[in-house]
Amino acid sequence: MTEYYFHAEKMSVGYQMRPLIEKIEIGLQKGEILTLIGPNGAGKTTVLKSIAGQIGLLGGTVYLDGRSIGGMSGSELSRKMAVLLTEKLRTELMSCEEVVSTGRYPYTGHFGLLSAGDRAAVREAMELVHVTDIADRDFQRISDGQRQRVMLARAICQEPEIIVLDEPTSYLDVRHKLEFLSVLQKLRREKRLTVVMSLHELELAAKVSDKILCVNGRYAGKFGKPEEIFRPGAIGELFGISTGSYDEESGGMELAAPEGQAEVFVIAGGGTGRTVYRSLQRQGIPFAAGILFRNDLDYPVAKALSARCIAAESFEPVPEALLLEAREQINACQKVICCRETFGTYETANAELLAYAERSGKFKRGGIRSCQK
Amino acid sequence: MTDKRARYIVSFLFLGICAAALCVLNICIGSVEISLQDILASLSGRAVSRTQSRILWDIRLPRTLAAFVLGGGLALAGYLLQTFFHNPIAGPFVLGISSGAKMTVALTMVFLMGRAVRVSSAALIGAAFLGAMISMGFVLLMSRKVSNMAMLVVSGVMIGYICSAITELVITFAEDADIVNLHNWSRGSFSGMTWDNVAVMTAVTAAAFTAVFLLAKPLGAYQLGEAYARNLGVNILLLRVLLVVFSSILSGCIVAYAGPISFVGLAAPHLVKSLLGTTKPLLMIPACFLGGSVFCLFCDLLARNLLAPAEIGISTVTAVFGAPVVLWVMLHRNRERIS
Repeated sequence: MTEYYFHAEKMSVGYQMRPLIEKIEIGLQKGEILTLIGPNGAGKTTVLKSIAGQIGLLGGTVYLDGRSIGGMSGSELSRKMAVLLTEKLRTELMSCEEVVSTGRYPYTGHFGLLSAGDRAAVREAMELVHVTDIADRDFQRISDGQRQRVMLARAICQEPEIIVLDEPTSYLDVRHKLEFLSVLQKLRREKRLTVVMSLHELELAAKVSDKILCVNGRYAGKFGKPEEIFRPGAIGELFGISTGSYDEESGGMELAAPEGQAEVFVIAGGGTGRTVYRSLQRQGIPFAAGILFRNDLDYPVAKALSARCIAAESFEPVPEALLLEAREQINACQKVICCRETFGTYETANAELLAYAERSGKFKRGGIRSCQK
Repeated sequence: MTDKRARYIVSFLFLGICAAALCVLNICIGSVEISLQDILASLSGRAVSRTQSRILWDIRLPRTLAAFVLGGGLALAGYLLQTFFHNPIAGPFVLGISSGAKMTVALTMVFLMGRAVRVSSAALIGAAFLGAMISMGFVLLMSRKVSNMAMLVVSGVMIGYICSAITELVITFAEDADIVNLHNWSRGSFSGMTWDNVAVMTAVTAAAFTAVFLLAKPLGAYQLGEAYARNLGVNILLLRVLLVVFSSILSGCIVAYAGPISFVGLAAPHLVKSLLGTTKPLLMIPACFLGGSVFCLFCDLLARNLLAPAEIGISTVTAVFGAPVVLWVMLHRNRERIS
């Protein structure tokens, strides 16, 4: 067995002796980022709190650097692990700098007075997350995004080896989400910080994490690398998605497809069809999409939204049978929309379809403009 | 940083000067005026008139010291309870802790006096501590059921009423001679302090103050919320037990000597917090103590002299000055939540 820096062995978590999730196995090397994903109420927070020693384990052991966390004293653990929880930090009349400096608690003397070294650590942490300019502002009077960054600075100046974060990006806008995760990556590169967190943004989780743990109600599902976890259909299953869909490969999500038989046939390709598909979905018009190569940008969206998607193998000529199928589909539709202005050498099938639609009076020239809206 | 430090120093100087000035005023002013020269003369051992000397040494000086010590202790108890419950309107009186102590003290007094046993200071403090702990126990039970701040205070007030009702009942059945004594005391008053009383209360309060001051660092972490405090290595359970014990000792000690005094524990910490501009326990603990002393000295001065020679109950005066502070705190908090 390889030596892990952070290792959860047969960990069972829950409240009041009632196990919520049992037999969780996690193994992380130093400097890896683990993200917990799963539906609301699945127990991500419970797992994180158990790891952080906030609630007692109901079974199993959590090892840090080969030593059981349960066997460490509070002050020893506080020098190794910092947390950033969803619970709001209660402060009154505290400046951001004062909030950050509470992270130095494990290192200060009996009365908690800061030494010059402590102050330097506070300053460094604040610079790292760019909150130096709000150092003197009252912590209660800054935005949620700023508050979250101040909290990160606080955790950083605790100089932990591992940091546990519960939905750290929830209140952040896109820019600050990216900045926040970049800081985590920087810390992990420069200080070999190990990160355990939960995220709701699956697409970000797939990008930033070295390991993913799926948490779903009663059991801890798969644990592994993002590419092992984000298999087609895995997310839909984990979250029990029944309305709409999530595409594991692109990280895009789509609302539910309109119900019923296709009324419109959309000829598209190369990403030109996506806006049309979505526009039809908004109007509640069921449609068919074709003929798309499986590696086309339009394909995942078409697959999610269309009543019928006629797709061809990538890098292969379109077989005659598929063309016939598409024609039949056009026959069944009242209207054809074409999103392509010209057709390339490998789009002869779609060019033929368009000509067929024109002949049968289901496509009117000039309709291109309207479909590009 | 230097701005803040300057503010802290000025605040402490202000509180110190106020406390000193009010001590002097409390000694000087009364139905018999004593001049500053006489006080200095008497303190340095030179002869002054017998009456003045007796008023000074037997009445005014112990009473002033008692107001100083108990006022400080009360404010400190209020601060600890506010910290403990994360509730700005907590205090020994509001949560029924003072009333609980009052009840057990009344029971003890009536029981022992009825048997013509002399009631010692230690017995009274012990009884008051026990009563404070009983009320505190109820409040703690309630706090597990209700997380709402206002509901907790309401349940505290209800406990207070129940305890007061029992006290009234006890007084009704007490001997005539005891009634006057008990009635005055149960309204809260600093009158009739002896040097023995002052010595014991000072010892108890000083010990509790020192212990609390040594807890300043974990208290600061506790203020952030329990989860974060635990992550910083604070032993939450131990700290909570210590907080309950010390706030009960302080509240009990005060009730044993001066009866239940309202609003000091509630208002003084808020006034001091606004003055200091921080909630750091390291500064708040001594400042609270001084602030409570100033508040009580001021109120006792008014209580003695406004309708002299009659005396107003100290709680009447503290309520007049304390209740607006509570209203102000609640308005202030609402405004913060909206913004």
